Amino acid sequence: MSTVTAPRQAVPAPILPPGGGWVGFAALLARDLTVLRKRPGDFIGRTIIQPLLFVFVLGYVTPKLGQGLSLSASANQVATTLLAGMLAVVILFQGIFAVGMPLIQEFGYTREIEDRALSPLPVALVAFAKVIAGTMQGLLAALVVFPLAFFVPSSRPDIDIHWAMLLTLAPLAALMCSSLGLFIGTVFDPRTVTAMAAIILTPLMFLGCTLYPWRTLGTIPWVQALSLANPLTYVSEGFRAAVTPAAHLSLLVIYPVLAGFTGLLLWQGIRHFQRRIVS
Amino acid sequence: MQSLVQHSGRPPVTAPPDEAAVRTDGLAKTYPGGVAAVRGLGLTVRRGEVLALLGPNGAGKSTTVGMLTTSVVPTAGRAWVAGVDVVAHPALARRNIGVVPQHNTLDRSLNVRENLAFHGRFFGMRAARARSEADALLERVALTQAAGRPVAELSGGMAQRLMIARAIMHHPAVLFLDEPTAGLDPQSRIALHDLVRELNASGQTILLITHDMEETDQLADRVAIIDRGRLLALGTPDELKRSVAADTVVKVVAETDPAALAALLRAEVPGARDAHVLDDAVILTVRGNGAVFPDVAAAAERARLALRDVRVDEPTLETVFITLTGKELRER
Repeated sequence: MSTVTAPRQAVPAPILPPGGGWVGFAALLARDLTVLRKRPGDFIGRTIIQPLLFVFVLGYVTPKLGQGLSLSASANQVATTLLAGMLAVVILFQGIFAVGMPLIQEFGYTREIEDRALSPLPVALVAFAKVIAGTMQGLLAALVVFPLAFFVPSSRPDIDIHWAMLLTLAPLAALMCSSLGLFIGTVFDPRTVTAMAAIILTPLMFLGCTLYPWRTLGTIPWVQALSLANPLTYVSEGFRAAVTPAAHLSLLVIYPVLAGFTGLLLWQGIRHFQRRIVS
Repeated sequence: MQSLVQHSGRPPVTAPPDEAAVRTDGLAKTYPGGVAAVRGLGLTVRRGEVLALLGPNGAGKSTTVGMLTTSVVPTAGRAWVAGVDVVAHPALARRNIGVVPQHNTLDRSLNVRENLAFHGRFFGMRAARARSEADALLERVALTQAAGRPVAELSGGMAQRLMIARAIMHHPAVLFLDEPTAGLDPQSRIALHDLVRELNASGQTILLITHDMEETDQLADRVAIIDRGRLLALGTPDELKRSVAADTVVKVVAETDPAALAALLRAEVPGARDAHVLDDAVILTVRGNGAVFPDVAAAAERARLALRDVRVDEPTLETVFITLTGKELRER
């Protein structure tokens, strides 16, 4: 019984199985988008409610009350600041709620992910497909929120779209947030998920320069310095640069740091994903 | 699978028909922390057979299946499924592997038909072909009526049939069934056994993981008994039963120390082969079809022991297991 001859054909390790590999990868994306299509309410809810309330309260209600975000800012400046911030928030939310939360559930309770992990693709690609599907949803969400952030405030924001910047920054930002979702979804489990929401999500959102430009933090230098550790800062400031005429962090900082965060989160996320699948 | 392989224009990845469906050589897994779940398993599953991996909980069955299906990385040894090394080429090996896990892993976000169709597409099927194959499979496992329903609405038996359909959707060389009838009602269990027989009759190689000896007796062509990560015996159910070299098995409970009772019965009952203590009972194996009950009663009377219970049976796989390990297969 223990005398085993090695199989006669040596099979080279393919990156993808012959034929079908990309079909399989595309099917993983199609699966996530099918789920999205079947439950439009989920997407709409997590996409528009939060930004709508932010824009409504900070861009409409408080300016009408004569308070505004800052006493020196005009309603139109507030709307301009919020526009970039809301694009950042909505993309962050897609990463968390389209990638992170489903993974926490699928790894924790239902083990549903197992069937996809048993597909003939490298496990890392199964994780990457999830990230790409999340990225697509992030971009879609930004598209949905843009008119909202434009029309809801009491005064129209200033728009100055740099297309080359927008078309490179938006995918990078969505990829970074989706990678963050992968990382969160593979590191946290159902027992720790509420702590994650409170401890990670809230500071990311509120201290990610979504409600004020980074430069105005100059009056509180320690908050300004701390904000540089928040990946969302670069998303907000990036959108500020890409779609508004407002002052923003240097692009020479935004792009490399966003790329760095993306690489780090993707690498760690995939590593944890593999560990959850293969023991 | 065959057509997919041919489309690719590369050599077929499945091994020629004379090759074993599954082979393991010195396969071992020690988990971080030092728990040795599997210790040097050498096993061959022939093409077309149902091989049952029989053992109690914690015997290493699930770890073995995990290694064969690429979700557990062995710490030693090698394994091939359909000729593909599962450690060196896990993604490729998965093309030949169909898994029905112990728990329900159906995709709750998709309906019944979509569960099959997407699974097929994950394995490289085009959408149209995946849909038509899904419909054909649903017919085969009697779920056509439920095709559009959310999987959360399925009964346990239906969910299990769908999981089996999903596992064979990509025409795997080997189907791994991990405790497929655990938690099913008797009717669903019978239906599932019929389905397994039907699949096997159509040529599907099946590795059945179970601690249920009746299921094993009914379905398996050969049985591998494992305990504590080691293979203890391998053979057809009849071969294994014959291996205890007894025609009769007697379970005796008396008002005395079971160890003393075992020694007594071994010495006093004519044709006694062996006696094992199992909790407060003694399992006595006896050769010959003679009147075992009076022999036991006479032996007890000579020793002035009050018998509480005596049960006479033919040897079963349970007997084989008790003879090999001195313990029962079933959980208590």
